[in-house]
Order: sequence, then C-alpha cells, then structure tokens
Amino acid sequence: MLKIDNLHAEIAGKEILKGLTLEVNAGEVHAIMGPNGAGKSTLSYVLGGRPGYEVTGGSVTFEGKDLLEMEPHERAAAGLFLGFQYPVEIPGVSNVQFLREALNAQRKARGEEPLTGGEFLKLAKEKAGLLKLDMDMLKRNVNVGFSGGEKKRAEMVQMGILDPKFAVLDETDSGLDIDALRVVGDGINAIMRAEDKAVLLITHYQRLLEYVRPDFVHILSQGRIVKTGGPELALELENEGYEKVMAA
Amino acid sequence: MSAAPLPTTREEAWRYAAVDRLSAVPGWDEIAVGPGESWRDCIVIEDGEDTPGTDVRRLRVSVGEGGRCELFAVLASAEYARVEVEVTLARGAHFEFGGITVGGRETVREFVTRTVHAEPEGTSNQTVRSVHWGQGTGNFLGSIDVVRHAQKTDAAQDFKGLLLEKGASVNAVPQLEIFADDVKCAHGATVGQLDEAARYYMAARGIPPELSRRLLVQAFIGDALVSLDDEEARGRLMRVALDKLDRHL
Repeated sequence: MLKIDNLHAEIAGKEILKGLTLEVNAGEVHAIMGPNGAGKSTLSYVLGGRPGYEVTGGSVTFEGKDLLEMEPHERAAAGLFLGFQYPVEIPGVSNVQFLREALNAQRKARGEEPLTGGEFLKLAKEKAGLLKLDMDMLKRNVNVGFSGGEKKRAEMVQMGILDPKFAVLDETDSGLDIDALRVVGDGINAIMRAEDKAVLLITHYQRLLEYVRPDFVHILSQGRIVKTGGPELALELENEGYEKVMAA
Repeated sequence: MSAAPLPTTREEAWRYAAVDRLSAVPGWDEIAVGPGESWRDCIVIEDGEDTPGTDVRRLRVSVGEGGRCELFAVLASAEYARVEVEVTLARGAHFEFGGITVGGRETVREFVTRTVHAEPEGTSNQTVRSVHWGQGTGNFLGSIDVVRHAQKTDAAQDFKGLLLEKGASVNAVPQLEIFADDVKCAHGATVGQLDEAARYYMAARGIPPELSRRLLVQAFIGDALVSLDDEEARGRLMRVALDKLDRHL
C-alpha cells in the first residue's frame, strides 16, 4: 500500500531523513518508535506534504502512485490521513462545517456525490459517539478551547468521518490520560483495523500499543530505520531503553 | 450649483482617500431615529452594470433617547468606495456598525465614522474587517467623541485587516476624544495574513487551497456581521464579499 524507498528529506537545509526505507501492506499496523530528534515527525510531515519539508532523494508510492507528486489535499482525497501531534485551532470555522467541506471536497475529487447536511450529521454523530465526544463539541470551532485530550479525540472523530485507507498518526497518544488512551485506541481499531486499510503509528511510548497491537515495530534513529521486529520490540524498548536495544 | 472645494488628503477624514477620483462630494443623507425607535440599514456596493467608478455615501444619523441605529455595509466595488457615517447618540441610545471592505487591483474602499456620545449612557459598537489583495487598500477612520456630561458611555471599536498578497494595504485610524470621566472606550486594530498552519491543516483533510482561503476569509469577515440578526441579509452581505474574492483573486 505504502512504499517508502531510500527517502531523504531536509528542513531549512538540515538533512533529517537519511535513507529511510519502509513498506506497509494493506491490513497491517506498523509502529515507529525512536528517540527525540530521530525524524519521526518529519516523516509524517513529508508523507503529508507539509510546506517547508523538502525531499532531496528517494521515493514514496501510495497504491502505486507517486505520493510526493501530489498536493496535500490530493493526498487526503487519495486516502491518506495525517493525525497531527499538535492539531491546529481554526477560530470562526466549526468542526461540522470544516469536516463537511473536507469530506465533500474529497468525495468530489474522487468523482462521488456530496453528502447532504442530514447525511453528514448522521455520520458525524455516529463517529463522535465512537470516540465518546459530545456532539456539542463538534458544533464548536475547530479545536478552539479544546483540551489536549479533546483535540486528540477530535482528530480520531475526523479520521472516522473521512474514512481513510491509510493513517499516519503522529503521537496521537501524547496528552491523553489513561481512560482517553483506551478510547482512542479502541477508536483506531474500530476505524482502521481492516483488510484494506493500514496504519503507521508514531509514538514514544509502548502504552498505546497495548490497545492497538502493531504487526511490526520499527526503531527510527538518525533518519533511518535501524531495527525492525514484532510487538515484543516495543516492550524491549520500554524495559531497556533505546541505546541498549539499538546497540544489541 | 456652486461646487464646494474638493477635499484633500491633508484633511484628517480624507487622509487615505482616493481624492483624485472625486469630481464632487455628495451631501449628507439625514436620518432621525426617534426616542425608543430602531433603525437598520444595509449598504452594499457591489459589481453591477452601472457601478460608478467612484461611490461615496454620507449618512448623518441622530438617535433619540433609548433608540437604536444599526448599520451594516459591504464595500466590494467601485474604484473608490467610501461610506461616511456621523451618528449622534442621545441618552441610552445605541449605534451598531459592521463594515467589510474587500478589493484588489488599485481600489480604495473605506469607512469613516464619527460617533458622538452627546448624552449619558449611550453605547456604540463598531466592527470592521478588511480583506485586500493586489494593490487594494482598505481604510477605517473611526472617531469617537464623548462630550463632558456623557457619563457611563460605553464605546467599542475593533478593526482587523487581512492582506492576501504583498502590495495590498490597510489603514486604521481610531481617534478618541473623551471629555467625560466615567466612560468605557475600547479600541483595537490588527493586521495579518492568512494562517498558513490552518491552511495546511485543512489541506491535510482534503480541502483545496481556494476553498480553505474562502473558509478562513468567511470566518474572518463574519465578525462584522455577528450582530446582524437577519439571517437572509447576513447571507447576502457575506455572499457579496466572498463572491468578490472568488472572482477576482
């Protein structure tokens, strides 16, 4: 589904990704762990096409298409979802308006009919329920006045509504308390655990992986995948620390 | 008709005006709002077959005790568009003003208001939003006069400019003359650009650049129409402003 080959990327002239190679197939959940500054967030932004992140080498194909050639909104319409580590506040635009515009823009790009207001609200209600987010929150402006945990849950509601094929979730677990972590974990499973979908979880900690069991765990260090294993690798990291595991 | 001398930019109220486009300055439309009465008007200067190159409107309103004057305006056409309002408030009267200017090329669109709190307990609230591109200019010159005995006056003025391209400009000139000592007068002015972080966030959810710009501009100018409680009128004013943006940027 997603194939990253020898990817090099820099920001403000500083090379962050230095030959990253990774393949994710449909039906799989991959976790990427790594110390601060390893390039985890850079990877998610490069995949999402954020301005300022320059790809200097390598390739990324998404379902056979050159992902790097696509504009950010085209990537979303193609089925890529980027969960933000720091979701952005948009004063004056309600979640409902934002998500309806987003969903209908994606549908239009795919040649599908737009959802009516009623159809959309029904869908939004269902997905908000899944993440135990009050519908009233969705009537408020995008992320404005939301707590850290509410922002992350709102991100997952967005994911539920947009129903992507592939999700890159950048530290979706940060800022969540234990109960919220479980809700978000369950949400990710409900929305994304399917044969024709895949997830790339970027995280610092093992805790989220207790709820969302990864098929593969990769350690990212200095812009490259240095070690790959199963779920046990995350546990090993938690117990031993990056330095020891990477040296082994 | 003996022509009065044309204003020059040396006069404070015409400081940023496109005075070279003036061939005459129209007289004032006088409106009297009686005690306890409410009066509302929406002024729209939009593209049409006979939109003049210069469109100047001047409104002088006196509001009686406990009366209310509401004025909303969108300036989206004419090379030089100007709405000038002078409001005098009696005891406990209110003036509500919401103004939007949009425009590109070398257009100049401006609001000039003078609010006179002539008696105690009057309130006024003015919100202006200006969105410009090309070499377009938006201006808001708002003076508030509070006379000596107009205690308990509560006046507010808020301006925000949004510049979509380099070369566009906005000018905000709040001018407060307060001779009473127990009053509240708030004013604020800011100028900025579109929030690129918000635009990227929207793009990441599938919203193309033109649509994210439209949504952000809509949110921005919406402030000026918040207190217009006629949904149809609000929709129409919003449409005029956004259509301008869609067609000319």
